[in-house]
Amino acid sequence: MMKHVKTVNKAMLNKTLKTGGCGECPASCQSACKTSCTVGNQVCEHK
Amino acid sequence: MHDLIHRMKVNDYLAVLDVNSGAVHLIDEPVYDVLGVFDGHNDEAVIKALQEKYPVQELQEILEELHGLIKDGLLFSPDFEVPQTFSEKPILKSLCLHIAHDCNLRCKYCFAGTGDFGGKRALMSKEVAAKAIEFAIKGSQQRHNLEIDLFGGEPLVNFEVVKYVVEYARAREKETHKNIKLTLTTNGTLLTDDKIKFLNEQRVMLVLSLDGAKQTHDAMRPFPNGTGSYDAAVRGFKKVIDSRHGKNYYLRGTYTHNNLHFCEDTLDMLQVGREISMEPVVGIDEPYVLREEDLPILYKEYDKLAAAYLEYRHQDKPFDFFHFNVALDNGPCVAKRLAGCGAGHEYFAITPEGDIYPCHQFVGREQYKVGTLDTGIERPDLVQKFRHNHVMTKEECKNCWARFFCSGGCPANADLANGDISKPYEYGCKIQKKRLECAIVLQAVLTEEARTGKDERPVINNFKFEVDC
Repeated sequence: MMKHVKTVNKAMLNKTLKTGGCGECPASCQSACKTSCTVGNQVCEHK
Repeated sequence: MHDLIHRMKVNDYLAVLDVNSGAVHLIDEPVYDVLGVFDGHNDEAVIKALQEKYPVQELQEILEELHGLIKDGLLFSPDFEVPQTFSEKPILKSLCLHIAHDCNLRCKYCFAGTGDFGGKRALMSKEVAAKAIEFAIKGSQQRHNLEIDLFGGEPLVNFEVVKYVVEYARAREKETHKNIKLTLTTNGTLLTDDKIKFLNEQRVMLVLSLDGAKQTHDAMRPFPNGTGSYDAAVRGFKKVIDSRHGKNYYLRGTYTHNNLHFCEDTLDMLQVGREISMEPVVGIDEPYVLREEDLPILYKEYDKLAAAYLEYRHQDKPFDFFHFNVALDNGPCVAKRLAGCGAGHEYFAITPEGDIYPCHQFVGREQYKVGTLDTGIERPDLVQKFRHNHVMTKEECKNCWARFFCSGGCPANADLANGDISKPYEYGCKIQKKRLECAIVLQAVLTEEARTGKDERPVINNFKFEVDC
């Protein structure tokens, strides 16, 4: 039990190096002038 | 060597992000200080630097916890190479149809030059619209999901073609067994009962342009005669939001130098709806453009908004702020984070004349025209340039902690600010980083609270139409 640190999620990014890339998630507008989704604001379609 | 971790402070909360794994930890003040010195190996240096501020025993205890995280792959995770899942050849996933290069408003900050994109005012024909759908279906190959955005100008000034293209897309969706997601962006002033009924029946997501309070909105979004459009817009928005039971839309605002205290405007939008997005204006040499000296004010506004976001959730009256919705557990894969917005390789915009551009913002920048619906893509060199313009190739992005969340920022803004899609728009990066810190910390706090109490995390559904309304 840690006293000083509360880990809120698991490692997820580098776990997808060999998976993913299916492209079924939406396009994402990085200026988001259309608020279609910025990349960080999406979820994976397969999780 | 760049930082493998990033420490964050938002209001009273402290957190650290492990950049390459995406792991997030809520931490206390001593850990925050330790992480200012610790590099994963230098325990002695940490103790030497902080032993006057904290007891040595406490520092050793913290270091032990941190070494445990490193061992578990949750801190100081090493860099990785571009994965093979990021394919060389992109497949089209999204198309933006400029249904109308015309608008019934004259918004002062409009990147579309009040609707005409610097060219002549024009409406897309049914023939071009149908060709665009076929281009999208063909380009999407085996991919099941396909997105079509109906954009302008104001697309509802050309409603006949909106109606035609939506019905055409739905028919082709059935024939091709694809899932076509339709989104329409509108200023709301032309939303009538008939149009609302049609858009609801056809499951069209809506992006509704609203800048906040009446005074703010009217100052930037007037009709051609100079009168404000707030009342007409809100009348339409309330009607359509109500008709869809408060779902399937985003109220989307722009803040400028004229309303730096945008938190107030954002909260004012709650009178109209609870799904909100509010973003900084982008421009050059205009009085409304944001300035360097505005940044401290803007940072405080994001802190205020973050506090309000939590407070409203704790009071059981939540609102969604689009850019605070970061998925910490089930976010996109690395390949997606490299593909970014997809502009110029997975995503294109089609003008009323049938010309193809890398995205809606590039329309009118002739050197970026990549082809036409009749010829197809004529500039594969540009497509490859956009494809490989990602956070692991761009100098400024390679070393930035935020790279896997922002995916390198908007190439159109980079081009506008620096004349080069590979040089990020630095001012935008500064705001993006502050906004991301707020988002990551907020979602971390809500996740931690959900473990012991009520789960008040937002539902992130990739802006999908919910059919139960």
